[in-house]
Amino acid sequence: MKKSVFLGTLAASALVAGFASAGTLDDVKARGQLICGVNTGLTGFGAPDASGNYAGFDVAVCQAVAAAVLGDATKVKYVPTTGETRFTALASGEVDMLARNSTWTYSRDTDLKLDFVAVNYYDGQGFMVKKELGVTSAKDLNGATICIQTGTTTELNLADYFKANNMTYTPVTIADDAEGQRQYVAGACDAYTTDASGLAATRATLPDPENHIILPEIISKEPLALVVRHGDNNWGDIVRWTFYSLVTAEEKGITKANVEEMASTSQDPEVRRLLGVEGDLGAMMGLDKDWAKRAISVNGNYGEIFAADLGEATPVKLARGLNELWSKGGLMYSPPFR
Amino acid sequence: MEARFVRQSMLTPQQPPLGEKGAMKWLRENLFSGWLNSILTILGLLAIFFMVKGALPWLLHGVWDANSLGECRKIIAADWGQGQTGACWALIHERWNQFFFGFYPQEIYWRPTMTFFLMFPAITPVLFFGSRANARRVIGAASLVMAAALFGLGAPMAPFLVAVAAGLALFWLAEIAPAWLLWFTALYPGLTFWLLWGGPLWRPVCAMLGFVIMFAVFRLAAARIGATVAMVAGFLAACVWWLFLQTPVIASLASAMPLSLRPVTSDQFGGFLLAIIIGVTAIIGSLPLGIILALGRKSDMPLVKGLCVGFIEFVRGVPLITMLFTASLLLQYFLPPQVQFDLILRVIILVTLFSAAYIAEVIRGGLAALPRGQYEAADALGLDYWQAQRFIIMPQALKISIPGIVSSFIGLFKDTTLVTFVGLMDPLKGITQVVRADINWKGVYWEPYIFVGAIFFLFCFSMSRYSMYLERKLKRDHR
Amino acid sequence: MAVATTTAPRGNFRPSMLIYDTRFRSFTIQVIVLILVVAGLSWLVHNLFVNLAAKGKDLSYAFLWNRAGYDIGQHLIPYTNDSTHGRAAIVGLLNTLLVAGFACVFATILGVMVGILRLSKNWLIGRLMTVYIEVFRNVPLLLWIILTYVILSEVMPEPKDFKLTDAMIAAGQAPKASMIFDGSVAITNRGTNIPAILLSRPLGGIDVGFLSLNFSFLASVLVIAASIWANWALLRRARTLQETTGNRPVTWWISLLILFAPIVALLAAMGFHLDYPVFKGFNFQGGINVAHAFTALLIALTVYSATYIAEAVRAGILAISRGQSEAAFALGLRPGRTMKLIILPQALRVIIPPLISQYLNITKNTSLGIAVSYLDLRGTLGGITLNQTGRELECMLLMMLIYLTMSLIISGVMNIFNNAVRLKER
Repeated sequence: MKKSVFLGTLAASALVAGFASAGTLDDVKARGQLICGVNTGLTGFGAPDASGNYAGFDVAVCQAVAAAVLGDATKVKYVPTTGETRFTALASGEVDMLARNSTWTYSRDTDLKLDFVAVNYYDGQGFMVKKELGVTSAKDLNGATICIQTGTTTELNLADYFKANNMTYTPVTIADDAEGQRQYVAGACDAYTTDASGLAATRATLPDPENHIILPEIISKEPLALVVRHGDNNWGDIVRWTFYSLVTAEEKGITKANVEEMASTSQDPEVRRLLGVEGDLGAMMGLDKDWAKRAISVNGNYGEIFAADLGEATPVKLARGLNELWSKGGLMYSPPFR
Repeated sequence: MEARFVRQSMLTPQQPPLGEKGAMKWLRENLFSGWLNSILTILGLLAIFFMVKGALPWLLHGVWDANSLGECRKIIAADWGQGQTGACWALIHERWNQFFFGFYPQEIYWRPTMTFFLMFPAITPVLFFGSRANARRVIGAASLVMAAALFGLGAPMAPFLVAVAAGLALFWLAEIAPAWLLWFTALYPGLTFWLLWGGPLWRPVCAMLGFVIMFAVFRLAAARIGATVAMVAGFLAACVWWLFLQTPVIASLASAMPLSLRPVTSDQFGGFLLAIIIGVTAIIGSLPLGIILALGRKSDMPLVKGLCVGFIEFVRGVPLITMLFTASLLLQYFLPPQVQFDLILRVIILVTLFSAAYIAEVIRGGLAALPRGQYEAADALGLDYWQAQRFIIMPQALKISIPGIVSSFIGLFKDTTLVTFVGLMDPLKGITQVVRADINWKGVYWEPYIFVGAIFFLFCFSMSRYSMYLERKLKRDHR
Repeated sequence: MAVATTTAPRGNFRPSMLIYDTRFRSFTIQVIVLILVVAGLSWLVHNLFVNLAAKGKDLSYAFLWNRAGYDIGQHLIPYTNDSTHGRAAIVGLLNTLLVAGFACVFATILGVMVGILRLSKNWLIGRLMTVYIEVFRNVPLLLWIILTYVILSEVMPEPKDFKLTDAMIAAGQAPKASMIFDGSVAITNRGTNIPAILLSRPLGGIDVGFLSLNFSFLASVLVIAASIWANWALLRRARTLQETTGNRPVTWWISLLILFAPIVALLAAMGFHLDYPVFKGFNFQGGINVAHAFTALLIALTVYSATYIAEAVRAGILAISRGQSEAAFALGLRPGRTMKLIILPQALRVIIPPLISQYLNITKNTSLGIAVSYLDLRGTLGGITLNQTGRELECMLLMMLIYLTMSLIISGVMNIFNNAVRLKER
């Protein structure tokens, strides 16, 4: 009799189970829910709060896509993924998209059968050291002990960098960012290396940020990108252009507050096309006219999202840097909406 | 002859020497009975002293009311002086619900709570067989605590009253007809499913109806075509029901009489709720599987035996972590492309297979402990294989195996923490990681581990005590 | 029933006998089971190929020969980030075996001690041991691993605390922390620095595919094994002499000579010396740096598994009837010798089977090193390699196979040992 717990769950799972067919868009619409792979917990980028609601920079993109596709930003199921499980979860259809600070690399794009559709954060690997160490450049780190997360691109970059500069180091491998911070603070390593954004977040939350410096060298390019399955180009387009609609919105000064007003008053043809007043861009991807308007009205444009989750007003205190708009000296450049 | 001295009266008994009485005697006998013992005692006392010295101030300086780690540090510095350290229990105060329930919707915490406490009446008929008084005590206590917990969690009136009524009814049932509690045990899995996952009531009802159908077909057919064939027929009939008939029936019933709870999806489960769900489901699911494997291993059919031995040894030879990674990374490679389970279910399936191998060995031990005479007696009575198993062998073997099953469960329950490595929110590392990713609590590490460790200890220690009680009882029974 | 079948008529076989005749029924059942199992397996394999084709992947182990590109802090055989993934897997496997081997030895020592002490008449010690056992075995191992790791990196001094500057010498100050064991071992919050064994005249070695053979190491192992065998033969001869003549020849100094002289001579010939860790720059240089991931995993595995071993030992001792120890006391044996000569040898037979399963558990539990990022087999093959190459199917299958082989070897060896010490019933 007792085995019915097991079988009962099994029976019920048939209802929970999705059916991965050719079109992710149709699946998402049929399900009425977007399944988004996120980090298990990374300050500023994606972590659940006390009531279990996910928030953060990556999460905001998921919400925008859900709003564009389903018309409701809350219809997202967040699946926490680890470094090991993230790509498999995506490839197997367990999640529809990944917004989980994943670096876009050649082999991941080609060999892992994934499609990296758009870079939502330009990052680079840096080092943080204690000021008292007297180190001012990463070139001085010869012989140092370095804390590094396993299962990421950072450990490959580190090995390459030290090899290229003919230096040696002792790796202290750590499992996650929180552990890395603890080890670094306890002095278990001389330097902590991870993406510069993570270093800034860590430094901001230390009791004595003034005693720690982030070294000027950025030893790698880490374009953190949104990822979808290889082969479903239409779904890739939706994620890519939803993200770019947020970037374009910043460029054109469309904000969460004025999106409705812009739609009715703006004379800029691109704004009118984007917000569905003119033409029907949405139909080309299988969406309705107002998709971008909904995406923008969830958390605002790219700049607003950045400011809310990572910017100077938050404890993370990240500068825009490379992630500033192209027109202001950064790399955020959306292809035109036409 | 002169009279020798003859004692006329008894001597008044003297007080024993100071070293031979009271506390001194006890100390001397138990702590300082030789130089080796004295050294050990002193070492032990030193160890205790240093432990208390290290941990006590930290515990005493604990702060229960703060909004962030920084605030905690400030309060401790203000109260106890600069440079003092102290525990920041405020974290537990703020996030305790996530440690227990994960991301289960806050308004309906009463559902998992009720499920948890109703588990006690459901398992008492199995665990406290033959001891009515203990069964009643356990049910009574569980009902009382349930009522208190529901009240404390602010459950709405209707479920609160239902829970209290259920508690009273079960207690009363244990009083007048303990055997009837087994029906509650049978219903419990469906009830659990409905309470935890929500949705229409008819889904678990119909799922369990499948078992009724299986049993009915078996009963009707057994007389005509033999037990083995009837079992297969029953299983097939139930499969037909589950696969083809169940869905339309549920739909029509749900439209006729919509009894439905708010649905909760698996990804909202976390913390101890998740650990208990995985642990309990896996151990109960693995019982039938383990019995089959144990019987298969004792079978004299070489092929069946070989398969069972191969399965058991394979599963026991690999770490649980690889099974979990299999659930998360590999399982979908071996299933048809359109079939997808959610991760929790995949983990439960793999953990069930894992524990089935261990349970099989426990039950094999129970079977081996039965005297041969029992088998021979069953043969002498002319019982066939299944009858002998059902009426003679299994009732005794399972009873002997219960302590072993409980230990397996303790081990499994502790091992559920490993699900964190496939991205599920276990209480020990998953939830702790989530909490520490919050900017307010970044940098906290002792408190969540101590809290979670203490709760694990509470669960596992009480279960191991129960297992010891049972072992003693079984020993008495067998004398 | 079975009795009746002896007179059953043979020769006229009817199909219904396949179900109703016990002689044929087991055959029928096995055929059905075989068909079901083969069908199930081929269904799984079919799905596998369909899924692989759908994802455009293939099943290939060629990646094992590609450059790994990542560093492993602790490697027992030469390894750099230019080595192959296959070699990284071997390094991981050796790391698994290393921590498992040490944990088995330490857990056995600690477990036997605690198990005996728990039965001690000393009230305080008995209680303390009970508390230790109950606390450690009722909390998940994962917690102990994480906590040990945290404690090691929080409590131990930083390397710079070992620094002795000129100013401090002038002021007559001592450094905040100092090395232990006569300046040879330094425990810092980032690892334990121990002296390294160096050979100035090594015997060389060759690389065979993933593995490398170190002749110096092999020679040492061979010499030690030969010494142990020779000593065993000597002791056996002494025992036969004692049994036949009643006199036991004095063997202890020959034993010592046989055990230690050859290996000392070999090491001297190879130019054995120790390389002590010295504080320089950021950190200790020279010697071997044992990462805390290893130490924490080792300590946690030891103290956790020791509780189970202690319980097994206690149960084994309690299983020996009181009469045995009473008889020993009557013979005038002191408690220590009673335990050593009478109780433990008998208890051993009860203790060994649970001990085997504990050793298996320890080996499997080393995979929990994932919590402290210890780069064992799971960390390399099932972790970084899997992650970098995306070959989860190949990596997981290979890893399970290796773990399974390890478990089977351990239980095989231990079962041989168990049979050797088992009570010989005549």
